[in-house]
Amino acid sequence: MKYKRMTLFAGHYGSGKTNIALNYALWLRRQGLAVTVADLDIVNPYFRTKDGADILARQGIGLIASPFANSNVDLPALPGEVYALVEDRSIHGVIDVGGDDRGALALGRYVPALREENDYDMLFVVNKARPLTRRVDDALEVFREIESACALPFTGIVNNTNLGPATTAELVIDSVAYAEEIGERTGLPVKMTCAMESLIPQLQNKVSDLFPISVMQLYYMEKEGTSIGKINL
Amino acid sequence: MKETVLMKGNEAIAEAAILAGCRHYFGYPITPQTEVAAYMAKKMPKIGGTFLQAESEIAAINMVYGAASTGKPAMTSSSSPGIALKCEGISYLAGADLPALIVNVQRGGPGLGGIQPSQADYFLVTRGPGHGDFHVLVFAPASVQEMADLTGRALHLAWKYRMPAMLLADGTMGQMMEPVQLPEPHNAFGTDNPWATTGTELKRPHNIINSLELSPEKLEQNNFSRYERYRQVEENETLWEEYLMDDARICIVACGITARISRNAIAEARKEGIKVGMIRPITLWPFPKAPLARAAEQVDSLLCVEMNMGQMKEDVVLAIRCQKPVDLCARVGGMIPTPDEVLAHIRTLAKGGNA
Repeated sequence: MKYKRMTLFAGHYGSGKTNIALNYALWLRRQGLAVTVADLDIVNPYFRTKDGADILARQGIGLIASPFANSNVDLPALPGEVYALVEDRSIHGVIDVGGDDRGALALGRYVPALREENDYDMLFVVNKARPLTRRVDDALEVFREIESACALPFTGIVNNTNLGPATTAELVIDSVAYAEEIGERTGLPVKMTCAMESLIPQLQNKVSDLFPISVMQLYYMEKEGTSIGKINL
Repeated sequence: MKETVLMKGNEAIAEAAILAGCRHYFGYPITPQTEVAAYMAKKMPKIGGTFLQAESEIAAINMVYGAASTGKPAMTSSSSPGIALKCEGISYLAGADLPALIVNVQRGGPGLGGIQPSQADYFLVTRGPGHGDFHVLVFAPASVQEMADLTGRALHLAWKYRMPAMLLADGTMGQMMEPVQLPEPHNAFGTDNPWATTGTELKRPHNIINSLELSPEKLEQNNFSRYERYRQVEENETLWEEYLMDDARICIVACGITARISRNAIAEARKEGIKVGMIRPITLWPFPKAPLARAAEQVDSLLCVEMNMGQMKEDVVLAIRCQKPVDLCARVGGMIPTPDEVLAHIRTLAKGGNA
């Protein structure tokens, strides 16, 4: 899979941007690159990129996140270090943009530098199982709202259709046509289809450009082996 | 049932209310419930409903009063400090016998507190959130599926008994995402609201929606008849879940997110041979007193797991009439207890000590 110096994940909130950003950073790192993740989410109060801080640190991946993330400070402020990431061309950057147009607004200030360098992928993350973007038309509305909020055009589509732990191979296969229609109507390629690692064997020959992901978000499941504060890798 | 979708708890509340027939939402943003308002803002204009961001929480609850007076299903949502502001309006709704849904996605307090999750509004909402003698129905969901299911039920029962109902979640439940099966669109409300102010067409006397009563004798009667309705609610609408209680010697009492954490702790304790179960109140008012009293006869001790300083524990002690010791595992201020913390309490109790 080809990659650019900067990769940005934007989309409808709850489409899985944070999780993909973390997994994508790990993938870039495995290619032997110096990687830093920046959390640009100024909308979400919980379940932030910072939840994956330990995993990133272990792999030698940098993390730029608001010092207020996961605290009681409800302040939509971004750290100055994000400029360093945008301007230091020796580092590969992954940017986790906040959800919807409201989240993408914060990206605007970095857009002149990104455009000038012109070495970025701006990826639109879609999940067909999210109720407000089930129809292609609704997903395209979010697509346009985000582009006009941050003034950075998308360059590709990421299909991340999932139902969390209830995701089946059929659901992923069924979503390919949906992602491709979004691709056709925007004139952009579907860069990848994400799926939990456990589903990859069932999808291998049926879905192209598969991107295996580990679920790294914290969640509160009753199943044995999962518990609060525990990150399943 | 429709197909399964992936939703945040806050979104599930909004969609479930819409599917139940609610078309009037009035709110004011506050973390961690803002997605309820954001969802309504996106969806209501597309289906001919009303989304209105009021100038304050107080304005929003009084708009609910106005809409409910006309017999229209109406709701508002907020988080702890905002709910405190709405209490005057909730008391007026109760005094005027108006149905409404109020969603409270709790955060840490008191005062401005913080934005992380909490269960510290237990006293506020179970005792009657406002002045005067009254109750509101209080539902405590423990999954995104229950967020949806109990929203529909809360709206239905609010109309059935003409009283405000509250969906009481915490920030984690509001923000977490899980698969959910939504119901088909349905009408959770009676179409016949003879009390509503819908125009007399000169065919009937005026309906008057009011909580003011000039005669003390009449006001007393109003309170008596309201409490007769509350008695029926207690008799018919109490909900709880019993989990591994058949052979339990220790009974955990927890609701919402702490009940999920407790299930993890129970699984670990059972592996160690400790006989521990759980009673999970699903309605907090009415409170499941009878099943707790029954459990108290069977178990050696009870353990409340709460994200407050033991507010529900007082109801548990009352329900079991102090028959058995009741311990507390509590985290507050936005902190969430871990299964290990709960397990440590269970182990101490199993050894016959106080945790």
